[in-house]
Amino acid sequence: MDASTFEIHHDAHAHAGEHEHHELGFWRKYIFSTDHKVIGIQYGLCGLVFLFFGFSLMMIMRWQLAYPGQGLPVIGKWLPYFFGANTMPDGKMTPEFYNSLGAMHGTIMIFLGVVPVAFAAFGNFVVPLQIGAPDMTFPKVNAASFWAFAVGGAIMLTSFFVPGGAAKSGWTSYTPLADIADKGQGFNPVLNGQSMWVLGFVFLITSSLLGAVNFITTIIQLRAKGLTWMRLPFFVWAQFVTAFLLLLAFPPLEAAAIMQFMDRTAGTSFFLPAGMIVNGVPAHISGGGSPLLWQHLFWFLGHPEVYVLILPAFGIVGEILANNSRKPLWGYKSLVFSVLVIGFLSFIVWAHHMWLTGMGSTVSAFFQTTTLLISIPSVIILSAFFISLWGGSIRFNVPMLFVSAFLPMFGIGGLTGIPLAFNSADLYLHDTYYVIAHFHYIVAPGTIFALFAGIYYWFPKATGRTMNEFWGKVHFWPSLICMNVIFLPMFLQGMLGMHRRWYDGGQGWTLAGEHIWGLTGFQWNTPISWAAWIMGLAQIPFIINFFWSIKHGKKVNDNPWEATTLEWTAPNRPPHGNFVTPPIAYRGPYEYSLPGRVKDFTMQNEPVEPAERSRRMAEPAVVH
Amino acid sequence: MEIPYTISTRPDTGLWNAKIGIWLFLASEVMLFGGLFSAYVFLRLDAQPGEWPHGLLNVPVGTMNTAILIMSSVTVVLAWASLKMRRYRPYWWYMLATITCGVVFLFVKLYYEWPQKFEHYGVFLKPEVREKYEQYLGNHRREEKGLEPRIEITGHLENHEALKDANIKEYEIAVDPIYADPNNPVNDRPHFLYVPPTDKVVKIGKEDVDRVDSFGPWHSAYFASYFTITGLHGMHVLGGVLVFLYMWLPVSKKVYQRNPEHLANRVEVSGLFWHFVDLVWIFVFPLFYLL
Repeated sequence: MDASTFEIHHDAHAHAGEHEHHELGFWRKYIFSTDHKVIGIQYGLCGLVFLFFGFSLMMIMRWQLAYPGQGLPVIGKWLPYFFGANTMPDGKMTPEFYNSLGAMHGTIMIFLGVVPVAFAAFGNFVVPLQIGAPDMTFPKVNAASFWAFAVGGAIMLTSFFVPGGAAKSGWTSYTPLADIADKGQGFNPVLNGQSMWVLGFVFLITSSLLGAVNFITTIIQLRAKGLTWMRLPFFVWAQFVTAFLLLLAFPPLEAAAIMQFMDRTAGTSFFLPAGMIVNGVPAHISGGGSPLLWQHLFWFLGHPEVYVLILPAFGIVGEILANNSRKPLWGYKSLVFSVLVIGFLSFIVWAHHMWLTGMGSTVSAFFQTTTLLISIPSVIILSAFFISLWGGSIRFNVPMLFVSAFLPMFGIGGLTGIPLAFNSADLYLHDTYYVIAHFHYIVAPGTIFALFAGIYYWFPKATGRTMNEFWGKVHFWPSLICMNVIFLPMFLQGMLGMHRRWYDGGQGWTLAGEHIWGLTGFQWNTPISWAAWIMGLAQIPFIINFFWSIKHGKKVNDNPWEATTLEWTAPNRPPHGNFVTPPIAYRGPYEYSLPGRVKDFTMQNEPVEPAERSRRMAEPAVVH
Repeated sequence: MEIPYTISTRPDTGLWNAKIGIWLFLASEVMLFGGLFSAYVFLRLDAQPGEWPHGLLNVPVGTMNTAILIMSSVTVVLAWASLKMRRYRPYWWYMLATITCGVVFLFVKLYYEWPQKFEHYGVFLKPEVREKYEQYLGNHRREEKGLEPRIEITGHLENHEALKDANIKEYEIAVDPIYADPNNPVNDRPHFLYVPPTDKVVKIGKEDVDRVDSFGPWHSAYFASYFTITGLHGMHVLGGVLVFLYMWLPVSKKVYQRNPEHLANRVEVSGLFWHFVDLVWIFVFPLFYLL
């Protein structure tokens, strides 16, 4: 393991990856690869497919919400062949299938879509390149992480096709409901929706554990020479904290998943209180369990998980913002410390999901305080991003469009969360569409827009070509408009009191309901649903653009965006081992438009000239 | 470029990669077992008086298993130290000792302690009929002394067919010594040594019984946590044994011959994992056997 022997690539640009010592076969190179870039792309493609699948589940649900009890036209009569006869007889959705779709939409979008893309895909592909590393520290563990994810995803998908269908107790799988669901006659003890949901989770948690260990070790150990902590790109910091959240918050859910599995298969009563009556018959259980215990363990993961979804998005936004405003990221240090504070505080806010459980006012007061505290670093980050735009000569390319949409969208999502942090306000808003609107504003036009931005931004590094600008804009504008038509009215519905889990979209309740802007809460479902379907269509330009550009996009050089961080010093489609020579960092990550420089950007690996050195005496040129 | 610091240390952190990796992994494991132990605390605090059983596990056997695990933690350190001194033979023996300890621990757990539990039964009496069985429960005296009431009668079930057959109207159970002599002060506290059930058979009418369950995970929140935590712990022991086995087999001698430090590092990280597994047991033993 001699670090001084480096392979020299003479023509790394044109034939990246073909100059290996030993040529790997197709399977080892693209399927069972241990290369961080291939694993990142595998994660990314799988995650995007899952995102679209999860979105499709919601598009089917939106029909039931807008037109309850009516047969779904065109595809309605085909869906029973796919999902099973009892799911949509005559194209009409059954209540059980509606519940399955809701539970699996949440599970798939978060755990199989956003987290794999935001953390695993971008983290794997970008982080080692940004810190000038040849790969992750544990390449085999990295591959194991992807395959554990693949198995977990396969189990989740398979659960749609077992008798009784997929899990239907909500994406949070609250007990005791989840303990007794999908049990008894007609259900296999293990191969049923809820048990497979739990089993799938065990694999997904293992996957994220392996990934998190790898990320943290890589960032600590494999930083290039001179790349000190305060010279790390903001994206690396965001991924570093995210990895800690996954490392420490996921295992308690694994413990809870194991206990729920035991409850379902081994007859334990971890989450079952004594004296339960199921289907009119006293259940033969020992009792002595606590339904609240599940909620505590679930939300101990669940809340840090929210920050797992948003921190990588912050990182992506920071990179693209600095690059396209051609200015240093404003308040780099405050951004870094804010991310660290968010990481810490996110572990002590979980019970704000449980105001309605009657935990007692002391506990509520504590969690209310911590919840409000965590909004401070979030506001610092968003403010720093806005100030970064100030006075910049902004280039509105497609990545930047998505990022500039992220800022206000995340702002709406964040600010509407504050009423939910107060338990008195939450008593009214809890479990209404208001909550749905709040967190979707953060995750959908927030995180997912940041993910799109990241895909458009780093696409040239992975393929050597850019994606088409025009079709990128055709993707962006309808998506932005539809997002708002979908989620803005949900705030109104929620404030009218519409419950988030109603199977009939609130049709029965709305007779007595008030009107808002001329429509009842139920009637608002129609424009929302149409916007959702149009947004589905708006993703088609993206899909075509993505695959078409791999082969036919505009060829670009290694640093098409004129960026400063180390990943742009590597050749496009970096070969195995990434860099031709080990990079050395001489400066911070965002030296844009500095006075007295020839170019408007200075890359991190450009040595410090003597004239510049005298200007910054305070800081040594190379700190290992 | 090759991945650096796989064996040598990085100057500014002073660590090689796997050492950070294993400590992070252990941090995650702390949270995993932490989740289970906090469930134990939660459920135990929630339990009604008399609901949380005491003294149902075999303390001497548990003590022996504790000693075996601690011993294996010592031998794994000696194995590592031998490698550091570049002495392969002693390493080989110490590693064998460690593996043996792990296997013995698992054997005792799987073939002695667990099966014994499944033969034992607890008959939970309906609260309103407990007075009828006062001669076996001794609750009057316990109430006077401020002790938790007894809510079940335990022992070996003599007529298993009663569990299935609705025509049999009562359970016959050879009771544990506590219920044979409930007012004897010796029985106020759990026994240190295991005492088998007496030959005193008590007949309990089915109409007086809430439920009858063997000492499996379904018996109570106590046994649910016992089997879940010791089961998960056992799987960790098994994992450790398999890893050690790999390092003990001739295949690892080749690693040693190529670079002895490489094998020493491997033993060090797996040894850290082994100490953690040992530490979990140090929590399991008092929580389930003694308290």
